[in-house]
Amino acid sequence: MSKLGIPTVKIAKARGAAEKIAGDIQLHIDRRTTVSVERAVLRLYGVDGATDEGAPLVNVVVDQVLHSGRLGLGISYWLANGISCYQLSPQELAENIAAGKIDLVKTPIQDEGAIREEIDKLAKDGLAKITAKRAEREELLARLAQGTEPLLYVIVATGNIYEDVIQAQSAARQGADIVAVIRTTGQSLLDFVPYGATTEGFGGTYATQENFRIMRQGLDEVGEEMGKYIRLTNYASGLCMPEIAAMGAMERLDVMLNDAMYGIIFRDINMQRTFVDQYFSRMINGFAGIIINTGEDNYLTTADAFEAAHTVTASQFINEQLAVKSGMKRSQVALGHAFELNPELENSFVYELAQALLARELFPEAPLKYMPPTKYMTGNIFQGHVQDCLFNVASVMTGQSLHLLGMMTEAIHTPHIADRYLALENAAYVFRAMKDLAGEITFKEDGMIHQRANQVLDNAIALLEEVAELGLMEAISKGMFADISRSSGGGKGLAGVVFKEPGYYNPFMEAMKEGR
Amino acid sequence: MQVDLTRIKPYGDTLNDGAVQLSFTLPVEHSVEAVEAARQLAGKMGFLEPQVTYSKSIGTGFSFFVVYGKANQTVDFTGIKVEKVAVMVMEKKEVEYFIKENFSRPVNVVGACIESDAHTVGIDAIMNMKGFNGHKGLESYKGINAYNLGSQVSCEELVARAMEVKADAILVSQVVTQKDIHVQNLTKLIEIMEAEGIRDEVVLVVGGPRIDHQLAQELGYDAGFGPGTYAEHVASYIVQELKQRGGLR
Repeated sequence: MSKLGIPTVKIAKARGAAEKIAGDIQLHIDRRTTVSVERAVLRLYGVDGATDEGAPLVNVVVDQVLHSGRLGLGISYWLANGISCYQLSPQELAENIAAGKIDLVKTPIQDEGAIREEIDKLAKDGLAKITAKRAEREELLARLAQGTEPLLYVIVATGNIYEDVIQAQSAARQGADIVAVIRTTGQSLLDFVPYGATTEGFGGTYATQENFRIMRQGLDEVGEEMGKYIRLTNYASGLCMPEIAAMGAMERLDVMLNDAMYGIIFRDINMQRTFVDQYFSRMINGFAGIIINTGEDNYLTTADAFEAAHTVTASQFINEQLAVKSGMKRSQVALGHAFELNPELENSFVYELAQALLARELFPEAPLKYMPPTKYMTGNIFQGHVQDCLFNVASVMTGQSLHLLGMMTEAIHTPHIADRYLALENAAYVFRAMKDLAGEITFKEDGMIHQRANQVLDNAIALLEEVAELGLMEAISKGMFADISRSSGGGKGLAGVVFKEPGYYNPFMEAMKEGR
Repeated sequence: MQVDLTRIKPYGDTLNDGAVQLSFTLPVEHSVEAVEAARQLAGKMGFLEPQVTYSKSIGTGFSFFVVYGKANQTVDFTGIKVEKVAVMVMEKKEVEYFIKENFSRPVNVVGACIESDAHTVGIDAIMNMKGFNGHKGLESYKGINAYNLGSQVSCEELVARAMEVKADAILVSQVVTQKDIHVQNLTKLIEIMEAEGIRDEVVLVVGGPRIDHQLAQELGYDAGFGPGTYAEHVASYIVQELKQRGGLR
């Protein structure tokens, strides 16, 4: 039963509008592919490594076909044709292409049936790799304990992956359930994924397959020591969403940041590109049993959290519907929101409660990701610790799932080891002390909390209906999200979007759609 | 209570008691020896009567401490000099009036988070319509054309845009300061502006949570703004500085 007095008809109305929005975008997605989608396919086929100049082989191969104007058929076709012709492995073929010895598009076309057979064989191996990792996770979860919700989620961000492992293991021993490795600033705009271990990043490390592997191993070690599975998070965002999702699937990440609109709005990545990329990346995440975190909290760092609350709710509905279209289960979609109201605002905590509970009621199956205060953190660590404490209270009172721990040193530096300890201690105390409080409380009918939640939902419905009418791309270009306007032809990465030719084939997409 | 301004020290509950609290982590297992090490370390930092009031193991190989001590040093407050942005802060309306009175055209202001920095919270707080904490941003000012280029703008792109819109002032935000990346970025911008010959044609301002005026000046910027800065501070500085330089070009 609703604790907020929200009529189900209202929720259906919001979801219906979001479904229409996602459906319209799907028409755009279905007709296109991107360089990053095709590179992800190559990664799943096992193409790995980079040239001496540092260009990943997957980029070299895809760019060759792109520049010949034939990527619209899908990289699988050209790769499988090359394999049939030269009898090489995907890796050997890629190395020959990088050496300038083979041009895929100029390779004599082999028998269509043989090509198709080759593709399906390659894809079967790729899918098996992901399935094996998923099974490995299920086995570990069955054997080891795991945290209870709200799961305590911390970040590590030393810029050195080996140092990150030390910090992550320490956090796990202090009670952290999920560790996110912060990505170095700037990776989102790289149209390739770097290789190797990062030892000197700025405020984070690169999302590389090697870094994923190193941290996975570190968390597995501490997990065995403690008899508890520690989840690993990284970022499938930016210009390489599908590729990073593929890497995450192969290295058994558990959670990935993956927002359908974040790159467009906050990183000025071209929207035509991102909508196609997010679709395939979520498909991979879904198939790999990975939970995705969406980025609605970011709306509140630019816009005012009180006035813009409904944009968070609207975006949650859109992210949910787009994820469902990618074949994700609702229980894999950790919709985001945040505790970002101005502490100077009277009753700010009351409104935070209303908003957090609204998200919980609108998306009952979603493992909601709740973000701590950042915007109004000042460097006064003592006040900051109190703000984080209230955030912890709001989380346990509203049944949040992934609880990103607030650091009292937010706005000063990336967390020191003791900051994480103090934050974990704070949250553990609040969650223990207030464990069953929520079940004891009902909110006054037509009181402030009911009114606020209903108002936010009404505004979200109005926004969703307007967006559904205009189309999502047009709405974004009008600046309807976060007051930031992006045009469909602007931003970075449009050159990497290609219309599919008749006969386009992506075996992973087909298999994942069917959940094979 | 008579404070000797030539010799000030921290105040706990009695003048000149020098009371200081600090906390830190040592990379050793928690033990009585670790606590003693923390106490001795505080002593070596110069604190008198150091006391470890709390200690705890924070995972294998790390211990956390809260320590109190008494400062043994004083500072001559009468001799302190700090570089500050010399500006009379005006309200938004006053800035708008100032522009109308002193300049014949709107003031063009271009802002960005440069290079790898993706954190727009600062530049948005100063430039975007809504501003921050009830203080409207530069976009809302009559007489100011504000161009917020957003995050991860290369220095080259920022300079090109500034020349294109005939910027009178450039605002640079740097939030990420790990390993002094901001110093590298800010230096690069100056070098490019000098190469393009536009360094002296604009008022160049930098802001961020770890930025102060002194650092800004050392790096060759006209002004630096730190925490607690609102749009009216920056706007007041820009228009007064432009007037002092003889108006708009």
